[in-house]
Amino acid sequence: MTTVRRLMVGAAAPALAFVVAAAVTSVVLVAAGDSPADFWRVLLSAPDPRDYVAIANATAVLYLSGLAAAIGFRMNLFNIGVEGQYRVATFAGAVFAGQALLPGALNTAATILVAMAAGAAWAGIAALLRVLRGVSEVISTIMLNAIAVSLVAFLLQKVGRRQGETFRTDTIPESSWVPSFPLVPGESSQVYGLALLAVVAGVGFAVLLNRTRFGFDLRATGHSESAAVASGVNVRRMVVYTLLLSGAVAGLIGMPELFGGSHAYGSTIQTGIGFTGIAVALLGRNHPWGIAVAALIFGYLNQQASPLGVTADISTEIIAVTQGVVVLSVVIAYEVVRRYRVRAEQAEVARQLRRERGAQAVSP
Amino acid sequence: MRHSARLAIGAVAAATLALSGCASGDGGSGGGDEDAAASESICDSADGDGPAIGLAYDVGGVGDQSFNDSAYAGLEKAVEELDATCEEAEAQAGEDDAAREERLRTLIDAGYDTLIGVGYIYSTAAYNVAPDYPEVSFGVIDGFNPTESQEDLPNVANINFAANEASFLVGAAAGLTTETDNVGFIGGTNTPLIQGFEAGYVAGVKEVDPTITVQTQYLAQEDPVKGFENPAGGETAATGMYDNGADVVYHAAGKSGLGLFDAVERAGQGNWAIGVDSDQYLTADKSQKPFILTSALKRIDTGVFEFAESVDSGKQLSGYVTYDLADGGVDYSTSNPKLSQDVIDQLDDYKQQVISGKITVPTEP
Repeated sequence: MTTVRRLMVGAAAPALAFVVAAAVTSVVLVAAGDSPADFWRVLLSAPDPRDYVAIANATAVLYLSGLAAAIGFRMNLFNIGVEGQYRVATFAGAVFAGQALLPGALNTAATILVAMAAGAAWAGIAALLRVLRGVSEVISTIMLNAIAVSLVAFLLQKVGRRQGETFRTDTIPESSWVPSFPLVPGESSQVYGLALLAVVAGVGFAVLLNRTRFGFDLRATGHSESAAVASGVNVRRMVVYTLLLSGAVAGLIGMPELFGGSHAYGSTIQTGIGFTGIAVALLGRNHPWGIAVAALIFGYLNQQASPLGVTADISTEIIAVTQGVVVLSVVIAYEVVRRYRVRAEQAEVARQLRRERGAQAVSP
Repeated sequence: MRHSARLAIGAVAAATLALSGCASGDGGSGGGDEDAAASESICDSADGDGPAIGLAYDVGGVGDQSFNDSAYAGLEKAVEELDATCEEAEAQAGEDDAAREERLRTLIDAGYDTLIGVGYIYSTAAYNVAPDYPEVSFGVIDGFNPTESQEDLPNVANINFAANEASFLVGAAAGLTTETDNVGFIGGTNTPLIQGFEAGYVAGVKEVDPTITVQTQYLAQEDPVKGFENPAGGETAATGMYDNGADVVYHAAGKSGLGLFDAVERAGQGNWAIGVDSDQYLTADKSQKPFILTSALKRIDTGVFEFAESVDSGKQLSGYVTYDLADGGVDYSTSNPKLSQDVIDQLDDYKQQVISGKITVPTEP
């Protein structure tokens, strides 16, 4: 295949997926008696300045979540437990930071490490179950999600203090807060300082995956476990390391909000972000840049959907349908394109063989 | 298995899970009844020149025949009596405070100047947004002041209810009615707000007869979807209690309470359920009505209406505004004719004792 054609085929998959998602969403809207025109008008209208800030914050958090899922996916490990790891880690971090054992920025840095360790430990349970008892990580991480949610809620009532009708951990001392920075001049809402963690984590992921022995082993195991074993990769150890790493990154998800917004862990914490991360990783094809684009798309859709109920009388839940269909159609579209490419290559080879055979036949 | 096939299967499995995570969170927004209710929202036709009210619900929203519907009733009254215009907005599952703030700002941008958050979950958002919009009034049902300084903002009102007092009266009703000396309580989430319902109810039961057994169950630790959007869980819990000898069960679990009504109907004659927030006798299915002994009324409609009225008259309520038995903001309902006059007389007697301060109802179990 020529380069141009290859590029076109590569772009075809995501384009196809979005066209399908748009069509399905419109059909759902029509079936529900809502106006697709209103929907697209609201969704595609230019965001307000403060929306840019919200989109940036959401993108950073979704990126970390997507990254956490992608690390496992690259090795064919389905860590569905990002949600639970994120909750346990954010809670542990908030409790630690609230104690103010260390001064200022030292407290912030230590808290990030504590959160990563807590996330890794929670994922580590699934890793141990997998390598010692052969329990599928899909099953164990789903179960661990349920346990994490209840456990954290229970502990919050034990160590938290009551505030109105909710409980929250001790507020982090102000010296440890991470200042937000303005994205749009003159706008009161600002981007969380620790949103930059997403950039750091993204670069780290790319380097780890493409420039280290560990990354090579990880990708090799993902492609073919038996081949990896044959070339001397210790797969059991890889499983443990990868899940620990995935959990550690999941521990970062809550940090931007913790140090930039809420300054404590409370019952009103954002939930479901770990599940959305799975969709973001799938949409981004587990690629560092791809996940960034996917996180931006999801962040944009969430933000733009927010006024739907007020300005267009359409339930904002419709956006979950759009996001779901995007992910499913991307998965299907890539498979379709892959098959098309395989067939095209086969045809190419066949053509060349025919040509050679023809040349042989002619020459005596 | 081929690599891409396993990946595809895993991907689909994961995506399904991610979506079902969303779907279960959406619970409340589905269902034909609510859609019908939503499309007939009074806001579509309201065009008066009174206050412009923006009502922001938590997940679930209208259609629970309880908490949120009571807020909607207050909105209807405001439209009729104050010539208000209005808009309803519903939350997305699992969102953070930033998303709630954005909802309030969207309503303000759309021209609404009297914003009411239905549920304490809007407390932080209201206190964050309010300083930017001094000309807009904010009311939060069950709200609280989340700031460190605890300083009141002039344009934010926390509309609170002494739900423990209403629960005390229905607890007494349960104590007076039970023949098995065994009653039950189902809470949505095991959180301070709902624990107040339990505390009042248990105190009411024990006031009648300290030897009566009270079975208590919470549907979730703090997950609002599993707690308040879970009729199946409510039904299971209630059936367990009836099987365990209870003959009166009270719920403080929003839409999950609809499962209690299914369970009591199946348990049959001689068993009772007690509703919460709204007078649930009035909205229940015909076949279930006779079983709904009474309801602990939390007049959220009064709270919503009086807040709108205060804004309309230029004397906006602010700080903590608490409704209790004395001012009728909480009460019990007497619409089921099976609630005997004898019991009503005794309950009114208890009511007077609470109002006069002779009985102090606990707020924590």
